[in-house]
Amino acid sequence: MSDQLIAQLVVSGLGMGFIFALIAIGLTLIYGVMEVVNFAHGEFLMIGMYASYLAYVTWGADPVVSLPFIALLMFVFGVAVYYLLIRRVLTGSMHAQIFATFGLMVFLQAAAQFFMGADYFAIQNSWLSGVITIGDVVLPMPQIAAVVGASLATLLLYALVFRTSLGRQLRAAAQDAQAASTLGINPSTMYALAWGFGSACVGVAASLLSNFYYVFPRVGAVFVLLAYVAVALGGFGSIHGALVAGLLIGLLQVAMGFFVSSELKFVPVYMLYLAVVLLRPRGLFGRM
Amino acid sequence: MTGTSRAYPVVALSGLLLLLGVLLALPLYIADRPFELRMAILIFLFAVMGQGWNVLGGFAGQVSIGHGLYFGLGAYTAVLLAVKFGVNPWLGMLAGTALASLCGVLVGIPCFRLRGHYFVIATLVVAESVFQVFTVWEWVGSAVGIELPVKSEGWINFQFHRDKTPYYYIALTMLVVVTAGLWWLRRSRIGFLLRAIRDDEEAVRSLGFSPHLYKSLAMAISAGILGAAGVFHAQYVLFVDPFSVLGLHISVMVALFAILGGTGTLAGPILGAAILVPLSEYSRVHFSGSGRNVDLLIYGFLIMVIAVYRPDGLMGLLRSRPVLTMLDRLGLRSVLLQSPHIKNIRKGNSHAA
Repeated sequence: MSDQLIAQLVVSGLGMGFIFALIAIGLTLIYGVMEVVNFAHGEFLMIGMYASYLAYVTWGADPVVSLPFIALLMFVFGVAVYYLLIRRVLTGSMHAQIFATFGLMVFLQAAAQFFMGADYFAIQNSWLSGVITIGDVVLPMPQIAAVVGASLATLLLYALVFRTSLGRQLRAAAQDAQAASTLGINPSTMYALAWGFGSACVGVAASLLSNFYYVFPRVGAVFVLLAYVAVALGGFGSIHGALVAGLLIGLLQVAMGFFVSSELKFVPVYMLYLAVVLLRPRGLFGRM
Repeated sequence: MTGTSRAYPVVALSGLLLLLGVLLALPLYIADRPFELRMAILIFLFAVMGQGWNVLGGFAGQVSIGHGLYFGLGAYTAVLLAVKFGVNPWLGMLAGTALASLCGVLVGIPCFRLRGHYFVIATLVVAESVFQVFTVWEWVGSAVGIELPVKSEGWINFQFHRDKTPYYYIALTMLVVVTAGLWWLRRSRIGFLLRAIRDDEEAVRSLGFSPHLYKSLAMAISAGILGAAGVFHAQYVLFVDPFSVLGLHISVMVALFAILGGTGTLAGPILGAAILVPLSEYSRVHFSGSGRNVDLLIYGFLIMVIAVYRPDGLMGLLRSRPVLTMLDRLGLRSVLLQSPHIKNIRKGNSHAA
């Protein structure tokens, strides 16, 4: 097998891997701060992808241009979901929270089908379509853009969480909301921000993904299932874990899809999860 | 539990018998109405599945989003046995139940080591893996599925073509048997230990009981019930394919029905099915012609509303003060809302003393 093929597999594996990682980081950020799993996270991705598509067909805005706006839009959307729904179920059991975000998932999916129909839409001829040739290796441009864009977004998020005062406040609220509130940090505001930033991550992923993947009401399920596995594999609440696990899963599923069978490409990923949590019940980087 | 609730067991029992009588007589009115008959059968089926899920998810507190797996395994077992080996569907039901139970216990071996969301994701991952394998496995019909050969109708063949009423009675019987069995289980020592595991697994371990053993037992019962329900479903629609019996939506629906009704209660899954099945069936009929999915829009919204206002499920409504007072008067409180563990602890104390 040629270098050409290996390079292509690695690039498309990393492209998918970074997308998974970015979705998973959004999930794990929310979980890390308030221990709620957002089962509607895939539908957030779907909304971001529709937004990217609609911006392209109505204003001719290329995904590269609309990306920051979609991130902002999703930030606002995440904060709104927190204040309208999540804040009201925080005192309930894990059941109520699973339930609330499941309801949101069904609702958003149905809403997408209501407004957009069940058709598949794709952005044709964006700036990032086509291929790039390095020597005699031909690589798909959108996947490279996904790698670059998603790693930049991840870097930004890392800087935000680990290098700024706001990030310190977020982490303080995550560690001990009560202690944080005695220091003048409003936990509810931090939770809202976690939902905002987590959703913005998904917005960036959606925008990058819309360059090379079609959008339809159920598109979220395709990606988010693996993002959940990435979150759990990396360890709930761990940003490093989500990043590493997302990349690992991206590479593994592309390799398995190529070498074994495209229908069964997710099964090895699932087996990897089971194997890892058998040895480390808290995932790769999870806190005990 | 108050004294008044025990003063009227006769009222409670006759209430239940009355309900059962109505359900037994109902086919007289809906036998020639296919839509209503189908809906009643679906309510019973989903109530049975919800009860099954509840043993593990509600009693033992191990939330699974992979229970579609056992439903599918039951359905596939009966169909494959019938198609490949000509086995009678009733034997198929035994085999489907047993195999689902066994697989549940096997899945539990790795998964029960995990807690909280790690467990949830693990159940999901196992179910999805099996689903994907079934979509490519030729011997089980891959993604196309398998049709059950049509046989002459009758109880022996578990197939009824013109009049579907027997399916109604079979489903109702399953629901009654399962509910009665779980009523006993909840009050037994096992039920007590399961609830203890849900509340504090370490405490149970420190008392010398193996949480894994009891979780496995709950899983065996839970998966077995789902398996039996799967066999019924296969005999009812005479067809299996991975999407309709192993799909993720089955797992999610089963969990939702039980949670919406109220986890850990006996009436919860029945209530959940009795409300959600008609809701989805009627809204599908009334709104779905447009292809716009208004039914799911309402459905999702309702689920959110219930999560916000009734985080402990619809059974939580029964715990509001006016309803409690009314239930006490009727003597129904112990039937609907019993807390058997309190009784068991008292029993334990009296033994000690």
